[in-house]
Amino acid sequence: MVFFPHRHLLGIKGLSHQDITLLLDKADEAVKISRQREKKTSTLRGLTQINLFFEASTRTQSSFELAGKRLGADVMNMSVGNSSVKKGETLIDTAMTLNAMHPDVLVVRHPESGSVKLLSEKVNCAVINGGDGAHEHPTQALLDALTIRRRVGKIQGLRVAICGDILHSRVARSNIHLLTTMGARVRLIAPRTLIPTGIEHMGVEVFNDMREGLKDCDIVMMLRLQQERMHGNYFPSVREYFHFFGLDYAKLEGAKADALIMHPGPMNRGVEIDSEVADDFGRSAIHEQVEMGVAVRMAALEILTANLDRIPQRNL
Amino acid sequence: MAVKADRAPGRVAYINARLLDPASGLDTTGGLLREGEIIKDVGPHVTANVALEGVTVIDCEGLCLAPGLVDMRVHLGEPGEEHKETLASAGRAATKGGITSMVCLPNTEPVIDDMSVVEFVARRARLQGLTKVYPYGAVTKGLAGKEIAELGMLAESGAVAFTDGLTPIKNAQVMRRALMYARTFDLMICQHPEEPSLAMGGVMNAGETATRLGLTGIPREAEIIMIERDIRLVELTGGRLHIAHISTSDAVEVIRGAKARGLPVTCDASPPYFALNEVAIGDYRTFAKLSPPLRDETDRRAIVEGIKDGTIDCIASDHMPQDEESKRLPFANAAAGGVGLETLLPVTLELYHNGHMSLLKALGLISSRPADLLGLRSGKLSRGRPADLMIFDPDRGWKVEADKLLSKSKNTPFDGRLVQGAVERTVVDGRTVYVSD
Repeated sequence: MVFFPHRHLLGIKGLSHQDITLLLDKADEAVKISRQREKKTSTLRGLTQINLFFEASTRTQSSFELAGKRLGADVMNMSVGNSSVKKGETLIDTAMTLNAMHPDVLVVRHPESGSVKLLSEKVNCAVINGGDGAHEHPTQALLDALTIRRRVGKIQGLRVAICGDILHSRVARSNIHLLTTMGARVRLIAPRTLIPTGIEHMGVEVFNDMREGLKDCDIVMMLRLQQERMHGNYFPSVREYFHFFGLDYAKLEGAKADALIMHPGPMNRGVEIDSEVADDFGRSAIHEQVEMGVAVRMAALEILTANLDRIPQRNL
Repeated sequence: MAVKADRAPGRVAYINARLLDPASGLDTTGGLLREGEIIKDVGPHVTANVALEGVTVIDCEGLCLAPGLVDMRVHLGEPGEEHKETLASAGRAATKGGITSMVCLPNTEPVIDDMSVVEFVARRARLQGLTKVYPYGAVTKGLAGKEIAELGMLAESGAVAFTDGLTPIKNAQVMRRALMYARTFDLMICQHPEEPSLAMGGVMNAGETATRLGLTGIPREAEIIMIERDIRLVELTGGRLHIAHISTSDAVEVIRGAKARGLPVTCDASPPYFALNEVAIGDYRTFAKLSPPLRDETDRRAIVEGIKDGTIDCIASDHMPQDEESKRLPFANAAAGGVGLETLLPVTLELYHNGHMSLLKALGLISSRPADLLGLRSGKLSRGRPADLMIFDPDRGWKVEADKLLSKSKNTPFDGRLVQGAVERTVVDGRTVYVSD
């Protein structure tokens, strides 16, 4: 088997074409397991997985939980609400405490960018980034890639549009890294206020007009408008946002006739996406993305835990 | 000159005119043929001889025929302050002044920050059938300087650019976001450049004259600081900024520098700032109380230089009607602003009569250049353009008399001034809307 040369999965940045392919191939196998009547395997038997979520999540957390359980691991969920953080424990202390319980994998989500990396330096186990601030959400990008690869058969050469709240989106950043590494051409479409400064240097094209940006696209990825992260106003109103940037059939006209529509969820219907489009089973891959989520998380868990003895942790 | 009804549709040839088209540089004897609302042909070859059957001929008797004027900064009282000015009175004043398109500020009641108000103003103006009215949309909701208005949808419903009008956008973060958001749709943000905390309480230019009169001054730095800040924000965002009615020499210099760096910054001047200085206040004349305040003679000369070298892109009347009750007050309590629709042409022509520039260039500042900034089709004498025309005599002298103005409010800072340049006929979309008596 080809060797995955990383102890943690902290982001897509730093992964090679080969690394990503390895994860996706493994995930393809995991899809089969999840579709069987008997979904439980013993790959991770005896191992402990802790899901440490400093930020609310339903789908990512349950997806990681199910992935661990299907591989036979013992899974524990810890949701650290704001109140616990207010008790005064620092992130590093929390990490050390958990580390003392001898977990084999930690899945961490945190509202601040870079915090998962910081935590990974203080523990003996493998760490998977379940989303840190506006930095990265690697398993989301992997599940998107798996969905595309299974539907279209390839990623290389595809024209992918990522639309909406790029500024606050870790999903967008991970996807940009992954898709450009795999040879897709990435376009970003959003109002200027939601385009982060200097993003052109990440190898993408920026558009301010949906029709123009969606022209001839193979894949349309919509992002959720993260109003909870917005300080001050980035756009005047939901109706204006939807009018210019909400995905509906009229704006979709210029995209390829069989363009695949994706959304990481949770969706805000009537804000970034029209219900008609979201529920168009022929074109929308939104439910498939959820299924692929479990598969890529199984793949990541399996590959990283197999590496535990192979790649030693540096001194704590 | 013979007055003949030439209401559109139909075909009319204006012959024997001195054609002046600033956009193309055309300055020649000839004529213009219009069909319906559109210019069909223009040039030296349009003479009485080519007039076909069914074409009404109007002999201009050697007068100048130029594009109707485009005034990019007009305060209308309607809706909300109809006792100062209405669309009808402003329309009559504008057509007498040769203005065929004007852009009105959103400082109305209700504020133009909603599509329905844009449509209301457009519909009311259409009903008058005089000068065309295009609204500015508000940059922020309620002009409160906090939340960005629906710029995209306002633009779709007819707002040609965006400004908070008389109110500067004070918060730098709001201005940054506004410029960025506007860039999404390639819209222009127009700013009244005045740092409010420095201007607060001031009633005229800070300096010796203010000190002698015992009035609180507004330092020139209030303008310069705001312009310098906004230019930095343009640098940050790449948004299009237009700076309204600049009044100081430093403003000219700062904008000249920004343009040299290739930034998308434009600006305008208003006649008081290149034709008057603070001396006009004399013995507390409230008609000379303006915003920004009239500055000193060095500033006035710098504004003229800025217009000459192209730093200043165009001239707008900055028409600001104030009724008697708002002006007949102690200087400090009087409202700021002056009417300007009827004096835009002759005061701008002073730049030509004083030898600063050609007649064609002076006209361009009040027609083709503002039209280009706003993306309007008017302001040019060429085939296919709207027949928005002005026939005028650039040399005819007259005296500005406040009482004789058609504007409902009479507050002109040019009262008693002898000027040159009078409009004979104004045509909007092919219809004659004004003929001098």
